[in-house]
Amino acid sequence: MLNELFSPDMMASAIRLTIPILLAALGAIYSERSGVVNIGLEGMMVVGAFWAAWGSFNYGPVVGILFGITAGMVLASIHALVTVTFKVNQIVSGVALNVLAAGISRFSSLSIFGMATTSPHVSGLPKMTIKPLAEISWLKPLVTEFSILIPISFILVGVTVWVLKYTTFGLRLRAAGENPEAADTLGINVFKMRYAGIIISGAFAGLAGAYLSIEHTGMYVEGMTQGKGYIALAAMIFGNWSAIGAMFAALLFGFAEAISLRRITTLVPYQFIKIIPYLLTIIVVSGFVKKSDPPAKVGTNYERGEG
Amino acid sequence: MVSRDLVIETKGLRKSFPGVLANDQIDIDIRRGEVHAIVGENGAGKSTLMKMLCGLYQPDAGEIFLNGEKIELSDPGKAIKLGIGMVHQHFMLIPRFSVTENIILGAENSNRGVLNFKKAHAEVEELCKRYEFDLNPKELVADLSVGEQQRVEILKVLYRGAEVIIMDEPTAVLVPQEVDELFKNLKLLVEAGKTVIFISHKLDEVLEISDRITVLRRGQKIGTVNKEDTNKKHLAEMMVGRPVLFTVEKGEADVEGTVLEINDLHYSENGQAILNGVNFEVKAGEIYGIAGVEGNGQTELVETIVGLRKPASGSVKLLGKDITGKEVVDIRKEGIGFVPEDRHKRGLVLPMTVAENSILGKHNSKDLKKSLLLDYKKIEALTKQYITDYDIRVSSPQVEIGNLSGGNQQKVILAREFSGEPNLIIAAQPTRGLDVGAIEFVRKELVKARDAGKAVLLISADLEEVMAMSDRIGVIYNGRITSEFLPEEVDHQQLGHYMLGSEKEGAAK
Ligand SMILES: Nc1ncnc2c1ncn2[C@@H]1O[C@H](COP(=O)(O)OP(=O)(O)OP(=O)(O)O)[C@@H](O)[C@H]1O
Ligand SMILES: [Mg+2]
Repeated sequence: MLNELFSPDMMASAIRLTIPILLAALGAIYSERSGVVNIGLEGMMVVGAFWAAWGSFNYGPVVGILFGITAGMVLASIHALVTVTFKVNQIVSGVALNVLAAGISRFSSLSIFGMATTSPHVSGLPKMTIKPLAEISWLKPLVTEFSILIPISFILVGVTVWVLKYTTFGLRLRAAGENPEAADTLGINVFKMRYAGIIISGAFAGLAGAYLSIEHTGMYVEGMTQGKGYIALAAMIFGNWSAIGAMFAALLFGFAEAISLRRITTLVPYQFIKIIPYLLTIIVVSGFVKKSDPPAKVGTNYERGEG
Repeated sequence: MVSRDLVIETKGLRKSFPGVLANDQIDIDIRRGEVHAIVGENGAGKSTLMKMLCGLYQPDAGEIFLNGEKIELSDPGKAIKLGIGMVHQHFMLIPRFSVTENIILGAENSNRGVLNFKKAHAEVEELCKRYEFDLNPKELVADLSVGEQQRVEILKVLYRGAEVIIMDEPTAVLVPQEVDELFKNLKLLVEAGKTVIFISHKLDEVLEISDRITVLRRGQKIGTVNKEDTNKKHLAEMMVGRPVLFTVEKGEADVEGTVLEINDLHYSENGQAILNGVNFEVKAGEIYGIAGVEGNGQTELVETIVGLRKPASGSVKLLGKDITGKEVVDIRKEGIGFVPEDRHKRGLVLPMTVAENSILGKHNSKDLKKSLLLDYKKIEALTKQYITDYDIRVSSPQVEIGNLSGGNQQKVILAREFSGEPNLIIAAQPTRGLDVGAIEFVRKELVKARDAGKAVLLISADLEEVMAMSDRIGVIYNGRITSEFLPEEVDHQQLGHYMLGSEKEGAAK
């Protein structure tokens, strides 16, 4: 049984399932580090998935991916406008966006594809294979026919680490989430930083959605995100708001999901295995795992005080 | 060093807030290379004036001149570009950032948006060397002491090329050694041609460090004097408008039975022992002062007594009744008035009004309720009473307490905690941030409470205060009361010695 659990096939499946969680979690880091909770990730993934499918259906996969990213950014802009400019509670706005995204996607699907819940089959990017490694049998499933977005996602982990730590933008973004008042007195435009953080997170979530529809499944299916936006948020928390941490957490969630997709044993009813990723999410979000250390001012809207 | 030419000059500056004229017709002149102190009562308008000079507030009327030229300071960024930097009363630092990150934030030297930390660390090190700041650029600000954090704040403005450095009550949060360190740094700054404007309530310090002193009272400028031409008494009188007593008149203590009894109290946090068997008693009709260098368990001791922390072992008895480890509400009901050391964290809810803050902890009292609801008429009447009794400078009980000056916030806490006939008053740093007049007032109130037969436990970092106020002094060191004295038994120096760890022969209990 253990053999099966850690088989190369299983690993490959785990990594494939990790990607959407990882991408969305990376996005969440930008938003949260700037001081804004983005519970709307789920919705941003949904619109990303839908518009990526539409773009790919009409103009091919590259345009599809760009459409997915753009859709995520557009929805994120609404979140930014509502929370940063109008100072509405961040959770309320995010939840509203999730509802809105589900509605828009269903409506668009019906009016564009004529089907409420699925799109036709769409093509993805050409798959990659690393020839020499594919000869080795236990590596084979991992290095053959994989989506190019997989290595890109892992590269984006490094990019995120670097941007946050070593660029002016990253420093200012983090300052906006840690102490917006201080940032403001130092001449940093807190509103701009938060807009940037949220919109980047939308781009990541849109990309995550695009991966799901055109790379992973080959079509848009209603409800295909299956709460991955929330799981991504949990992964980010579990990873303690760091890109590397989020990556390991996403891998864990991806692995849990891979298990849940296979009926590896008949010992436990299948439904119980299915709930593993969600159970893990609840445990993580309820702060069970360890004391988390969020940005100091995440979740609070910034208002300039003047008398 | 001080030249006659003016760096900053203001003409007719005015700023009002709803119901208060915080600054009225202020004309000040600051000379290049001087240390210029601003003094005045709580709520006199010192912080407001400084905030206008650094671009945080816009004046309603009046003009500001920099090197003879009229300037408009629309925001702090503009002020700092012109060379005016402010170190705020409440630090504006990011604990999770390193010293360097905090310093360069917003003024980064970058290569197309990419930071060069090597160079930044070197620059910060260079600044530290020049002005003799003892700091490690790579350390996290979260790990720094208050004094070190303040140095980071000063470096922040220096890094931006400030010529004029404004400091709002920089010494209020420092222990004496840190104050000396700060003054050493300030002297080097002034020698290098910078100008320092600073606010303080501690007149001895003001007289030590500054060249000239400007006095404000109720939003108006009373005058500017040279250090040589004035003294403490004179300054205090200018501030308050009447002679001020620096010594508290207090008669013999009329001591009765024990009110507070602490027995072998232990407390630890994260595996570190903080209280190591504290023993002492406070009797009715006496002031028991605890002297000690900050961080020797004072905070934890007080918070254990009032129930905010649970002791590992030992007991706390109030009038013979064991209150160890009970809930805060229950302990308060036994009659404890508590003035916490950190008024923002423990004493007040800043976004709530003065009236609401005045009844915190008493909100369940029947006197303030009409059946199940709060009776706001009564609450307002009570608050108005407090405002007159304690001379709180505020336009109405409905003002958000966050808008009050620091000293006036403190007075609200005092009014609340002293009223309601407590058996025991615990006052932690009760005069921190208060002006001379208010300090006099608070000390008188403490003595009054003592004379009314209450037990008073006073914790203060100000040795002067402990010596002057206490009927008995306990020295706390490393989580224990190591010695006890009568105030006439010791002088400053000896007490300082004990605070650093020496023990009185045979006195440790
Ligand atoms: N933002 C604000 N809104 C409303 N009132 C304010 C505001 N800031 C200051 N005030 C009022 O203006 C007056 C002057 O306040 P300021 O903070 O300048 O006093 P201060 O001299 O610095 O006093 P302290 O020594 O207690 O710090 C006070 O009455 C205060 O309540
Ligand atoms: Mg002030």
